[in-house]
Amino acid sequence: MMADTYSSLPNWKYFLRRYGVLTGLGLVVLMTTLYFYFRDPQITEAVLASTVRYSTPLVLGALCGLLGERAGVINIGIEGQMLMSAFVGFLVTAWTKSLWLGVVGGVLTGALMGLLLAFMSVTLKLDQIIGGTVINIIAIGLTGYFYQVGLAIDGKLKPIPLGPLANLPLVGKVFFDNPPITYAAIVLVFVVQYVLFYTKWGLRTRAVGEHPRAADTVGVDVYFMRYANVVLGGAIAGLAGAFLTLEAVGSFERVMTNGRGFIALAVMLFGKYTPLGAWGAALFFGLTSAIQTQVQFAGVDIPHQFIGMIPYVMTILVLAGFVGRTRVPAADGAPYEKE
Amino acid sequence: MSTGSVDPAVSKRSKGFLIKIWHAINIPLAAVVLALLIGAIILLVSGANPIQAYVALFRGAFGSMTALGRTLEKATPLVFSGLAVAFAFKAGLFNIGAQGQLLFGAMIAAAIGFGIDGLPSIIHVPLALLGGALAGALYGAIPGALKVYTGAHEVITTIMLNYIAINITDYLASGPLKDTSSGNVLARTPEIMASAKIPSIANIPLGFVLAILMSILIWWILSRTTLGFDIRTVGLNPNAARYAGIKVAFTIILTMVLSGALAGMGGAVETQGVVGRFQPGFNIGLGFDGITIALLGKTSPLGVIPAAILIGAMKAGASQMQFDAGVAKEIVDVIQALMLFFVAADVIVRKVFRIRAAGEEEKITLSTGWGQQ
Repeated sequence: MMADTYSSLPNWKYFLRRYGVLTGLGLVVLMTTLYFYFRDPQITEAVLASTVRYSTPLVLGALCGLLGERAGVINIGIEGQMLMSAFVGFLVTAWTKSLWLGVVGGVLTGALMGLLLAFMSVTLKLDQIIGGTVINIIAIGLTGYFYQVGLAIDGKLKPIPLGPLANLPLVGKVFFDNPPITYAAIVLVFVVQYVLFYTKWGLRTRAVGEHPRAADTVGVDVYFMRYANVVLGGAIAGLAGAFLTLEAVGSFERVMTNGRGFIALAVMLFGKYTPLGAWGAALFFGLTSAIQTQVQFAGVDIPHQFIGMIPYVMTILVLAGFVGRTRVPAADGAPYEKE
Repeated sequence: MSTGSVDPAVSKRSKGFLIKIWHAINIPLAAVVLALLIGAIILLVSGANPIQAYVALFRGAFGSMTALGRTLEKATPLVFSGLAVAFAFKAGLFNIGAQGQLLFGAMIAAAIGFGIDGLPSIIHVPLALLGGALAGALYGAIPGALKVYTGAHEVITTIMLNYIAINITDYLASGPLKDTSSGNVLARTPEIMASAKIPSIANIPLGFVLAILMSILIWWILSRTTLGFDIRTVGLNPNAARYAGIKVAFTIILTMVLSGALAGMGGAVETQGVVGRFQPGFNIGLGFDGITIALLGKTSPLGVIPAAILIGAMKAGASQMQFDAGVAKEIVDVIQALMLFFVAADVIVRKVFRIRAAGEEEKITLSTGWGQQ
């Protein structure tokens, strides 16, 4: 309907209407960045680099959420999937002394948690909100029980500068001098975007999330597609968990996810269920976290609790402002009953 | 899932009272048994003796009058948070925010408790209780209004509000309302006046009695009043409710307000009956336990009571278990999570124990309204 009104317009007007806000926003961001960069290159670089890193678990969580929801399965268990993977990844590294095996352990754990969610929501046809909550509570229980005080790992995943690219002014430090999982997150954004919108797999996934009956009729295995996407999403959430322990902090603390799995859901919604949109939204959330840290460094006298709650307040504001303006996959949350 | 042909002997009308009770508790009971079995396996794997552990757990919870008193004390806030979750559930709302509402209730009750001097108990106790309930109610109104006016799903908003509540109460306890008496370095409020404290009579905390009265009140509201009818109709089918002339938006907000009030009162009871002040970190987890308890109690206001006593017993006995059997307390959280899993996934439990579904059960869907207005 919208597209029809647009297509009657001349090209430049069409472009302006469709992408005007986005282009404007991009320009504003670019100009402010450059302004701050010329005023104080070091702080600006530091803020933007930490923006990218803060955004990593959020965008990974959002990718997990949107894979599931595009296939028709609501996943509010991202938080638990992340927590569990962060823990297992940490344990594996502590035992094997290998950060990489830890990452693999985290990803596999995430996939396993995804499998559990898929089993509950696709096979058992449990209410998906309850299924996700079960996962969150189980993760808190298990990680709390098996947590051993004093267990430690040596070091964490280090930044890998990408050759000469890392020496570019501004963008070098921000995009081309990151630790591996942060790179992986950026790559995954484009991969998932491509897979969802330009491949047969993506078409089937979306079909299963929009109209499972129709997909079933033309021979798409609804259950398989839902299982596969939720498990893949779980693996991605697992990567986010591994990021927390093995790349960001270097140790495990109880309930260390601190709501990131839920903020990721807001990021997903803010990004209108597209990976690229989610990336933009995650960067925005990341930026506010980075600015927070700077504010605290600068010694501004605001109680830390108020600064600490900014992401949560923002999540609510984003939800309040964007729900209802985003089109949710039609069969989201509805178990599919074969006839 | 076919319900199968209904045996005339157990058809709805001739169902006896005992059979009715049995149908209400069979799934939760089976879920508890399964969870304990799997818990035992986890204990075995981690090198502990499950029988010794469970015996110690039981002794710590029911072994003496003091133990029983401790169990009831632990169960008290859980009845409230379980009620809060169960009540919202009836309207199809998933109040994960009981935690935050409870924190504000506990904080305000503490503020009234230590801030006002010279009141007789008969006024001071209910005043602090009502203050706590009101704080919880106001905090519960936020996600309700957000859902109605913006479509933001209460699951995410309430979880975010939990984090916000933790931050704000932490700020209050370490700043404006901090106990400034000499020697105190902790972030906590001063101790409340003796006149605001809820006592125990013969090991039975009066807070627990209040919890039971509230359960009965909520049961009465839900099953015997127009408001209860509206709430249940909205939970079963919001569209039908709207068509029938029920003010759905109003009902949703009111349900969240009352649910928040229950959680807030739970926090107040915890402050006035157990902790004696507000101290950050002391009330964490009580709200989340409410979810398990509400589901274990089949979201019935009366079913919440035994469920809360069960979970309270596990909490009360955990220390004894740690002492006697050398098992980390957190195993209790694992068992609790397993119980939640099995009551939620009742299909599995039915398969394992061959329990047939008792006719059509009220089925509430929480995922409606996800992302839509």
